[in-house]
Amino acid sequence: MNIDLSRRGFLRLAGAGVAATSLGAMGFGGAEAAEQAHVRAFKLATTTETRNTCPYCSVACGIIMYSKGDVKAGETAELIHIEGDADHPTNRGTLCPKGAALKDFVHAPTRLTTPRYRAAGASEFQEITWEEALDKIARALKDDRDANFIQANEAGVPVNRWTTTGFLAASATTNETAWLTYKTVRSMGIVGFDNQARV
Amino acid sequence: MTNSWTDIKNTDLVVVMGGNAAEAHPCGFKWVTEAKAKRGAKLIVVDPRYTRTASVSDFYAPIRPGSDIAFLMGVIRWCMENDKVQWEYVLNYTNAAFLVKDEFGWSDGLFTGYDEEKRDYDKASWDYKIGEDGYVLTDPTLQDPRCVWNLLRDHVDVYTPEMVERVCGTPQDKFLTICQMIGECSTPTKTMTSMYALGWTQHSKGAQNIRGMAMLQLILGNIGVRGGGMNALRGHSNIQGLTDIGLMSNLIPGYLNIPTEKEADWQTYLSTRSFKPLRPNQMSYWQNYPKFMVSFMKAMWGDTATAENDWAYHYLPKLDVPAYDAMRMFELMTHGKVNLYFCQGFNPLLSFPNRGKMTEAFSKLKMLVIMDPLTTETSHFWQNHGIYNDVDTAAIQTEVLELPTTCFAEDEGALVNSGRWLQWHWAGATPPGQAKHDTWIMAQIWTRVRKLYQDEGGVFPDPILNLTWDYADPGNPMPDELAKEMNGKALATVYDPADPTKVLAEAGQQLAGFAQYRDDGSTMGGCWIYAGSWTEKGNMMARRDNSDPDETGAYLNWAFAWPANRRILYNRASCDVQGKPWDPSRKLIEWTGEKWEGYDVPDIAPTAKPTEVGPFIMNPEGVSRLFSRGMMRDGPFPTHMEPFEAPIANVFNPRMRGNPVARVFESDAETFAAVGDPDFPFVATSYRLTEHFHYWTKHNPVNAALQPEFFVEISEELAAERGIERGGRVRVWSKRGQVWAKAVVTKRIRPMTCDGKIVHVVGIPLHWGFMGAARNGFGPNSLSPAVGDANVETPEFKAFMVNIEPAAEEPVA
Ligand code: SF4
Repeated sequence: MNIDLSRRGFLRLAGAGVAATSLGAMGFGGAEAAEQAHVRAFKLATTTETRNTCPYCSVACGIIMYSKGDVKAGETAELIHIEGDADHPTNRGTLCPKGAALKDFVHAPTRLTTPRYRAAGASEFQEITWEEALDKIARALKDDRDANFIQANEAGVPVNRWTTTGFLAASATTNETAWLTYKTVRSMGIVGFDNQARV
Repeated sequence: MTNSWTDIKNTDLVVVMGGNAAEAHPCGFKWVTEAKAKRGAKLIVVDPRYTRTASVSDFYAPIRPGSDIAFLMGVIRWCMENDKVQWEYVLNYTNAAFLVKDEFGWSDGLFTGYDEEKRDYDKASWDYKIGEDGYVLTDPTLQDPRCVWNLLRDHVDVYTPEMVERVCGTPQDKFLTICQMIGECSTPTKTMTSMYALGWTQHSKGAQNIRGMAMLQLILGNIGVRGGGMNALRGHSNIQGLTDIGLMSNLIPGYLNIPTEKEADWQTYLSTRSFKPLRPNQMSYWQNYPKFMVSFMKAMWGDTATAENDWAYHYLPKLDVPAYDAMRMFELMTHGKVNLYFCQGFNPLLSFPNRGKMTEAFSKLKMLVIMDPLTTETSHFWQNHGIYNDVDTAAIQTEVLELPTTCFAEDEGALVNSGRWLQWHWAGATPPGQAKHDTWIMAQIWTRVRKLYQDEGGVFPDPILNLTWDYADPGNPMPDELAKEMNGKALATVYDPADPTKVLAEAGQQLAGFAQYRDDGSTMGGCWIYAGSWTEKGNMMARRDNSDPDETGAYLNWAFAWPANRRILYNRASCDVQGKPWDPSRKLIEWTGEKWEGYDVPDIAPTAKPTEVGPFIMNPEGVSRLFSRGMMRDGPFPTHMEPFEAPIANVFNPRMRGNPVARVFESDAETFAAVGDPDFPFVATSYRLTEHFHYWTKHNPVNAALQPEFFVEISEELAAERGIERGGRVRVWSKRGQVWAKAVVTKRIRPMTCDGKIVHVVGIPLHWGFMGAARNGFGPNSLSPAVGDANVETPEFKAFMVNIEPAAEEPVA
């Protein structure tokens, strides 16, 4: 069991232990402290360690992410390494060629970093602020809903559905994102609702 | 999955058909290796290609894409004929002895009630005979010719080894070897597991492929036991969760349904969901439907949902068609009937069939909104990329908004793995640039829409204005707030129905499980099957105790599994009728004389007497179904159907095209090649590679370097026939589109003979587009037809017809 003892803590202990025992065994006795003082710390020992799972396939291998900086402490954190979580019952530390390269997915050169807008007929995107983008979307939703919402069918039965706007949800977002998305989409009456499980 | 990845180590025989786990789920496949090494388990692979999984198998047999039902019915026939049946299980835990209406039957590959005009069945005759006491009539001696067992025997009679070879192209001797290996698992002490994925689902009869194997597993007594089960490997990391939470046109979280127009009021809606037991003493757990549904309505609309207004029933949309699934929406788009469309972490331009149609559909939208961590082909559908996206940019009037989102490393919350484990994860990195959490984006959009309705009024604003939104920061709900909402809490004191003085939960407390859900408005819960995931004890999904007493593979204290932290579904069926494990060395639970207990959470009421209450508690029958009544659109038994595009006609009925009840839009029907069309003589099938994940990893320079370039895979024989060079450039085309690729010529694909005809297969991997770090390429969807499964509308990516020829090398830029 390894709930409380973090991997980083384990490395520190193990590192110190190896140094102490081997030096001791070789009879250096008093040299220990001096030796330890100049042994460089493991690179990962200065990082924050976070448990996560591989976002690709649904084997959902456990991973450990190592970052410079601590997100929980409100710091800026840069991801520097990912490895398999040896405590995880499913993968026991192993990763496949996809999971093993995860860090470079997070840092992919084609990751999006700013909202962008493509005008009708335009051949390029242009940057746009979040405020502008969100206002534009909300306006478009409200206008389309007011224009096309079907309150009753021909027989007069209340149907309260909206078919001219649709929403395709993901497959790697969290349950919590999914639930908030569900509430948002359903409360507006959107029926053109689907997710990646379809394909 | 009925079981879990870690349970696979308990099996004796793994059948991989309709999947390629060694390639696509490598770290899960490790458990197959474990079973082989430690238990001496065997591995069978049946696939059109000699796959990576096949390379470590004990036995491999080829099969023509789209003919799996014939194979499976052939195995069932062989087991019935050779008495390879777990009789006690079949007699007591399936509906084998149930009597079926006299009007039910079949001929020419069709069941009774087919209406060619409507492309639909009248399913009235597909049902049981009901006695005067209101229960199904049965014949436990199995003598009655109308019992399910005898009807099944008649139904599979035609699937002889000769017929299997004729339809599937699988040589008879190989087929028979597999039958014998499978047949050994009919003893109570040997189990087989089925591992499948898109190779079974992406067909116009995908659901029936899976039913075929599920029936075989029931006949062998392999459902509910360790090392058994029906194990859908699943694709993306939270495809299970998004389906659980009902992000589909016709779903409500926890597999409840959005009403149809015919269900105009609450009473009518509930009237078809009473789930009255069909046999005495059965639990028929869906009888609790109103509790789950009312608690959901309370989670959505809080105090506005009351008994007086039928829990705000009219706030829910009512459907006029079975579903506005994605393919229906794309069809509507091409007719100019959709204005706005959102893609949240989804790349439909490459993920849905008939790419040309997708481009046309998006070009007719007013606005397309993309939320994604990566820049996708869909967000650039309007941009010209030469042969890889040959569009007239200026003519496309769609406005596009591309919004940067976080990815897993920057995000906190739960994902549900194939084994139904809800595993919490934590954020360890700062989002790049201005990227935002999806929750923030959704909340920002929704609160803005609400504000517009508050300020301006508008059409039926009630369900928006009254939606529960009591998050600490309404513009940025937190994962813990949302997870607690899904689990559910008490709104008033909840008492024990058996002892009304006993308080189960005080108002405001998190509920401990779905047994505490009520239909009187005293509880709320967004997703009943997740009840127990965040209780008064805290976040159960974040548990990290990896102890596993007696190494059963259950890991009960690791994360949380739905439902009720149960790791193997139907585990009551791991015991005989008296409640003793079939295989004492693989005990899961057992009846102590007073209650059920063991390594897993029992899938039965804790004190339900074993001889009275059947193990399949969700079914009103109390048993499982070898005959599925009218529950599937294309038949109560799986029957052989050809793909919509096929090299040969259906041997039972040459007039029948594809699945006779699959939905086909007129414009799509025109794009299907005729059966045996000489212009499209080769069967194409799509597949994945271990170095890539869908269209994501081509953005990662590491994976892009590992598998840089789009290729198609063909046999040496087909290469010779078409004069194709190893590694040469080829053009592949269907009636809908064309692609250019490198040719990989291998021995892994071999021509086969079906109905007297040589059939060649072209393998088309799915991982390339025109964005990211890999070389530009194409996906199989440039070629595949827009038609889906008759029950669930999953597109037919695994069997369609193409042609292939050598092409000039691409000019070096
Ligand atoms: S590391 Fe590989 S096997 Fe594990 S979850 Fe990721 S993609 Fe799946």
